[in-house]
Amino acid sequence: MSRIEKKFKEVLRRRGKAFIPYVMAGDPSLERTREMVAILEECGADIIELGVPFSDPLADGPTIQGAAQRALGEGVTLGKVLDLIGSLRQSTQIPIVLMTYYNLIFRYGEEKFVRDASLAGADGMIVPDLPPDEAGSLLSLSKDPGFDIIFLVAPTSTYERIKKVTRASRGFIYYVSITGITGSKLSVDPSIGSHIAKIKQMSGKPVAVGFGISTPHEASEIARIADGVIVGSAIVKRVSDSNENLKDYLIALRKAIR
Amino acid sequence: MTARKGAPAIKKLPDKRGYFGAYGGRFAPETLIPALDELEKAYYEFKKDKAFQQELSYLTKNYVGRPTPLYFAKRLTESIGGAKIYLKREDLAHTGAHKINNALGQALLAKKMGKKRLIAETGAGQHGVATATGAALCGLECEIYMGSDDIARQSLNVFRMKLLGAEVAEVSIGSRTLKDAINEAMRDWTTNVATTHYVLGTVFGPHPFPLIVRDFQSVIGKEARKQILEAEGKLPDYLIACIGGGSNAMGLFHFFIGDKGVSMIGVEAGGRGIVPGEHAARFAGGSIGILQGTKSFLLQDDDGNILSTHSVSAGLDYAAVGPEHAFLRDSGRVEYTYATDEEALSAFERLSRTEGIIPALESSHALAEAFKVASRLSKDKVVIVNLSGRGDKDVQHVAKIKGIEL
Ligand SMILES: Cc1ncc(COP(=O)(O)O)c(C=O)c1O
Repeated sequence: MSRIEKKFKEVLRRRGKAFIPYVMAGDPSLERTREMVAILEECGADIIELGVPFSDPLADGPTIQGAAQRALGEGVTLGKVLDLIGSLRQSTQIPIVLMTYYNLIFRYGEEKFVRDASLAGADGMIVPDLPPDEAGSLLSLSKDPGFDIIFLVAPTSTYERIKKVTRASRGFIYYVSITGITGSKLSVDPSIGSHIAKIKQMSGKPVAVGFGISTPHEASEIARIADGVIVGSAIVKRVSDSNENLKDYLIALRKAIR
Repeated sequence: MTARKGAPAIKKLPDKRGYFGAYGGRFAPETLIPALDELEKAYYEFKKDKAFQQELSYLTKNYVGRPTPLYFAKRLTESIGGAKIYLKREDLAHTGAHKINNALGQALLAKKMGKKRLIAETGAGQHGVATATGAALCGLECEIYMGSDDIARQSLNVFRMKLLGAEVAEVSIGSRTLKDAINEAMRDWTTNVATTHYVLGTVFGPHPFPLIVRDFQSVIGKEARKQILEAEGKLPDYLIACIGGGSNAMGLFHFFIGDKGVSMIGVEAGGRGIVPGEHAARFAGGSIGILQGTKSFLLQDDDGNILSTHSVSAGLDYAAVGPEHAFLRDSGRVEYTYATDEEALSAFERLSRTEGIIPALESSHALAEAFKVASRLSKDKVVIVNLSGRGDKDVQHVAKIKGIEL
């Protein structure tokens, strides 16, 4: 069982919901990211999503685009993010999922990537421009080290697509809350609850929901229907806040997600 | 001679998954996959639909003004003193470039699919104008994404789009050119996919776009093949076209692919020379990667981030190239080269003066190569250059480069 699967099992056993915050590695510096990971864990994160900056993040809104630009300006690369995870592993065992775009992985070399990422202690990856249809080689490479590839289901997904995505996805299933890009205003379709229930039933896998979730109120609404809540842009916006303000916000989110 | 003997393996591409050999595919966010499926299905349906084909062919003739002439450039040929140079006059198509062939086809398709709104990216502004035109003709809303650098150098086309009722959304992030306009258009499409069709302007992006755009543009080569057989009684020795994403080139090449005696050359933008950031010659300075939905050749750094590009022509100033071109290059069927800014500007002036035709700066890259090729060949050889667009849009920019205030 992978570290992500274990975490979900543990969270769900105590009838809780997973809190999954996202930060962009290297925004505004790798040192700050190291500090952020500690703060997130301290404030009750269950899994951390770590963005790896790409020049052309076409599934992201302005907030994460800006974070990627700042991180690239700092010279952050996939290799440096893996090094960061390697050194974080001396102090934390929290599951870490990489979120990035396929070209960075392709360029790094799929086989080398899966090997290096697993060795560094990363637990999985989310790649928004890599649907399962194109992920054949990565899927077979990642089976052995227990490196989870998490795929996304969207509100537009047809029954056939849901079947395909949920079968391929490991660790959990990422349900995109809105038809849109990250950081958009959340406006949830009333059918989302039954949609997610069906996906859980079909797949037997945990479903975490993300995109556009910003306030503790929104997080609590989503937590009622999902197994996990992913908060990205709203945290990225606060990355340069004082640690005190940041912690207040994260603790409020944590309390709302149950 | 008219019988098509061919390379059926090439004709049947892309495969079911949208691959041309190792290139292409569908690297798109899950949100868009159902829309891409729907588009593919609708495209195949309407391809067989008689009423749709009749409407398209009526408009192609009476609205776009096709067939466009294949013009023997006599004075140009004499001045170069080698092979005969013919120009396929896409500059004479409605709106002034080949882009209308695709934009009109996709606008009609979108209308039949029940979409209310068209969006598109544009570099030179020609595809934006063509899409705005298609939207006006079909009664659809229209929004065009354009980088701020391109807005500055193609201001005439910006105003044309507005006159046609389109909104022009300025993209001032990243490269501020075509690449980031595509990112923004994709983001818009991801958000508004229920009501909106994305009219991608070149043979790029996730499957089925490279297929659809090629098919709508293939009218260029279909006509040219017939026209040259009528004019010369034989097929040409060379076809030459410029390559931004590669749609005018695929349009010209497609119906000649099986004609073994016909050599083909694609001309990329060499900019100020093949130094990172100074050009857009993906085959000369790039490597394989995945960008904006497809696997092809890109200009990227060692980590896989996309490099900035430069070309005097906005329509060629782009970091990636259509996947079918990558395939045709590997297979050796098409040769790819580049022309620099300077060579293109000199071709721009030479055609203007010898033939009274002001070409687009994009097309001027193809002309620059054609001059070199023709001068090496004997007088009985025939070269067809795709004159993909007219140069009115570039006049201000060229004046500025020459330090002339208008
Ligand atoms: C006149 C003209 N030619 C060529 C191009 C390049 O595009 P493609 O390579 O798709 O033909 C453009 C693009 O804007 C254009 O306006």
